[in-house]
Amino acid sequence: MPLSRLSSPFLAGTNRVTLQMLQLLVALIPAVIAIVYFFGPSVLITMTLAVVVALLAEAIVLWLRNRPLKPFLTDGSAVVTAVLLAIALPPLAPWWLTVTGILFAIIFAKHLYGGLGYNPFNPAMVAYVLLLISFPLEMTTWLPVANLSEQPLDISSAFQFIFNGQLTSSIDTVSGATPLDAMKTQIGLHQIPAHIFQQPVFGLWGGKGWEWINIWLAIGGAFLLYRRVISWHIPVAMLMGLSAISLVTWLITPELTGSPLFHLVSGGTMLGAFFIATDPVTASTTVKGKIVFGAGVGLLTYIIRVWGGYPDGVAFAVLIMNMLVPLIDYYTQPKVYGAVKS
Amino acid sequence: MTQKLGSFPGGLILNGQKKRSTQVAIRKMPLSKKLILPLQQHIGEASTPIVSVGDKVLKGQKIAKAEGHVSVALHAPSSGTIIAIDEQPIPHPSGLSALCISIETDGEDEWIKRQPIKDFTELSEHEIRQLIREAGIVGLGGAGFPSFIKLNPGVHHHVETLIINGVECEPYITCDDMIMRERAEGILDGIEIMLFALRVKNCVIAIEDNKPEAISAIELALGARPHLHETNVVVIPTRYPTGSEKQLIQVVTGKQVPSGGLPIDIGIVSHNVGTTYAIARAIKYGEPLISRIVTVTGREVEHAGNFETLFGTPMHELLAYCGTKRQPEEPFILGGPMMGYNLSGDHLPVTKTANCIIVGVDDGAKASTPLPCIRCGECATACPVSLLPQQIYWHSRAKDLDKAKEYNLFDCIECGCCSYVCPSEIPLVHYFRFAKTEIMNQQQEHAKADIARIRHENRLARLELEQQEKELRQQQRKAALVATQAAKAKQTAELSTKPQKTDSQETQ
Ligand code: SF4
Ligand code: SF4
Repeated sequence: MPLSRLSSPFLAGTNRVTLQMLQLLVALIPAVIAIVYFFGPSVLITMTLAVVVALLAEAIVLWLRNRPLKPFLTDGSAVVTAVLLAIALPPLAPWWLTVTGILFAIIFAKHLYGGLGYNPFNPAMVAYVLLLISFPLEMTTWLPVANLSEQPLDISSAFQFIFNGQLTSSIDTVSGATPLDAMKTQIGLHQIPAHIFQQPVFGLWGGKGWEWINIWLAIGGAFLLYRRVISWHIPVAMLMGLSAISLVTWLITPELTGSPLFHLVSGGTMLGAFFIATDPVTASTTVKGKIVFGAGVGLLTYIIRVWGGYPDGVAFAVLIMNMLVPLIDYYTQPKVYGAVKS
Repeated sequence: MTQKLGSFPGGLILNGQKKRSTQVAIRKMPLSKKLILPLQQHIGEASTPIVSVGDKVLKGQKIAKAEGHVSVALHAPSSGTIIAIDEQPIPHPSGLSALCISIETDGEDEWIKRQPIKDFTELSEHEIRQLIREAGIVGLGGAGFPSFIKLNPGVHHHVETLIINGVECEPYITCDDMIMRERAEGILDGIEIMLFALRVKNCVIAIEDNKPEAISAIELALGARPHLHETNVVVIPTRYPTGSEKQLIQVVTGKQVPSGGLPIDIGIVSHNVGTTYAIARAIKYGEPLISRIVTVTGREVEHAGNFETLFGTPMHELLAYCGTKRQPEEPFILGGPMMGYNLSGDHLPVTKTANCIIVGVDDGAKASTPLPCIRCGECATACPVSLLPQQIYWHSRAKDLDKAKEYNLFDCIECGCCSYVCPSEIPLVHYFRFAKTEIMNQQQEHAKADIARIRHENRLARLELEQQEKELRQQQRKAALVATQAAKAKQTAELSTKPQKTDSQETQ
């Protein structure tokens, strides 16, 4: 039902969903360049594949649901889901992993709930968690950054690997643990974090390469804040939550956990804080609620990272908090004008 | 005076578009051949005509009287003949018709004898209110609430501050700006009268900082009236919707009007500058409210400006006078672009609440298919009342009106900020108006049903009572019958014994 502007207001701002999504993609560019620099160009192949599959899936589902194609294909939400998942996947994720994830994200996590605006869970994160549970091996196989800087992976060998599962170049191993993983395993082996940092996967504050990707994601996030695509509440609350709990545990048991800084620049922290937890559809919408939501994601991320069975906790943390959104929103309603009894 | 200002959440910084209509001084709209005067140009009960077709009337002559408490009188804006009292289309979003008095003007524009009041301080507050009521004065800011009521705080309330609203926060509208620039003295006269009627000293004239000319004009005039030393101009940052009464009170005093309450509950009375001026004219010059200043502006208007227009003047004549590229029956906006409404009829008359006519909004909202709500919360951030428009929208759409009410639908002032910022281009306010009407209809239905039920019960009770009475009467009748029969029987018995007696007597 196209309700035309037959009634006031007759003025409209310039804010549009598509514009927001576009700016989100722009904000991801520096981080993607950093990923290409550290992990090779394979992420670009995964990303292209993800976007194409996402748009196709979106179009088919819209057609099946008898919905207009144009406004929904151009709103950019499917592209954003695809790009975010592609960034979250390991660089050498085989093609079927990407396709499975995207199909699941678009068809199940998004459209079965009613499409844009109706999905309670972040589609990219639902897909990520599904893949992580179903294909733990493929999902935790990361190329060691150190090897790559010695023997860069060119685009054709990346292509070969993604679609054929073979490595043509002389890289002998593709299995490498992520820094978060390494930290957890080594602490399990009673190593002290300071010593663990001597290992080649680590850099200045966090994992080699990872720290820079996180920093670039944070800069992209700052751009989004500046453009007012997102508000500060969720990212700040999440980063504060994560820092607070890691600071406390780090001060009490420095031998059992990485520093707050390590957690801030590791894994999916910045991607989560600025690009995933801020997804308007699935996050809390009240001001106070956003702070509760963000802090919850931060705390849960840490808890799952350090005490849970998975290397990173961002995806789980976001999904768990997504579940609590109706409750949070209900209890954090702002006080309406005049509600204060005089 | 530097005063710490309060603030309200949300709101918008809008492009005022006010320059276009403030280049030329207020002009007079020429007299129209025919004036159409709706009997209801205010909130409350419609006035009752006191003239009939064929009557000659003079300018300023009362042609309809106030009916009931919330009502005001109506006057002939010019001299002429009453040619009809019938239903005519009125400027209303739903294209309603309503009872109107039509006057064919004679061109003489001959005034009735006016009764100026030299010294209003000799009058009682009640007399002042009565005069204002009889002069037909209603809020000229847009709502049209009878002004005399707002000047009657009642015995239970203590008025602390009179706020004169010269904010005019909606884009395009400049009639208040121009009246402040050109008629500052009259506005101060009106303030003096109102301060007297309210028995209060403290007055704040609130003006947005995008009207420097108006601010200096008022300040200049105020400087020459030392006795008004407790009246101050307060310059307010330009932000929509500061001009909305409750938001203005929050900005000026930092206090909030309780939900469902009135400004007077926190000791505030507020009036629009145009109304203030009208009150001065009514008391000081004995002129009833027969005209107002209308801003005519927009992209399609050649000679945009402000026009002193007699009520009843057909809007299309006013538009033609300003020169527009508008085609006949093409829609235009009455009121501001944020809260006004679309009209398309050509012969709609200018009424007491018609503050602005816009033909062609610059970068107006396009009619587009809205996307679903992405729950971004932009609307909640923009809402000056701190509502959660996305939730109200959700429930209004699902026709869950109770839930919509629970999310304080009725505190929505329909300012349009939420619709303005929505990235999915959802016409939120449209849904809210609809939901409000639905709920009110339902309540009316309930009330009607209640009345019907009570009537039914009363009827049953009455029937029963009647039945009882009937039975009672029957019983009585029966009893009476029995009694009479008994009496008769007795009589006959007596009669039959009497002769015996007589007989016996006779026999004796
Ligand atoms: S601004 Fe529009 S899209 Fe955003 S929450 Fe409000 S209604 Fe939904
Ligand atoms: S129209 Fe109502 S809900 Fe929307 S911003 Fe204004 S007061 Fe809030």
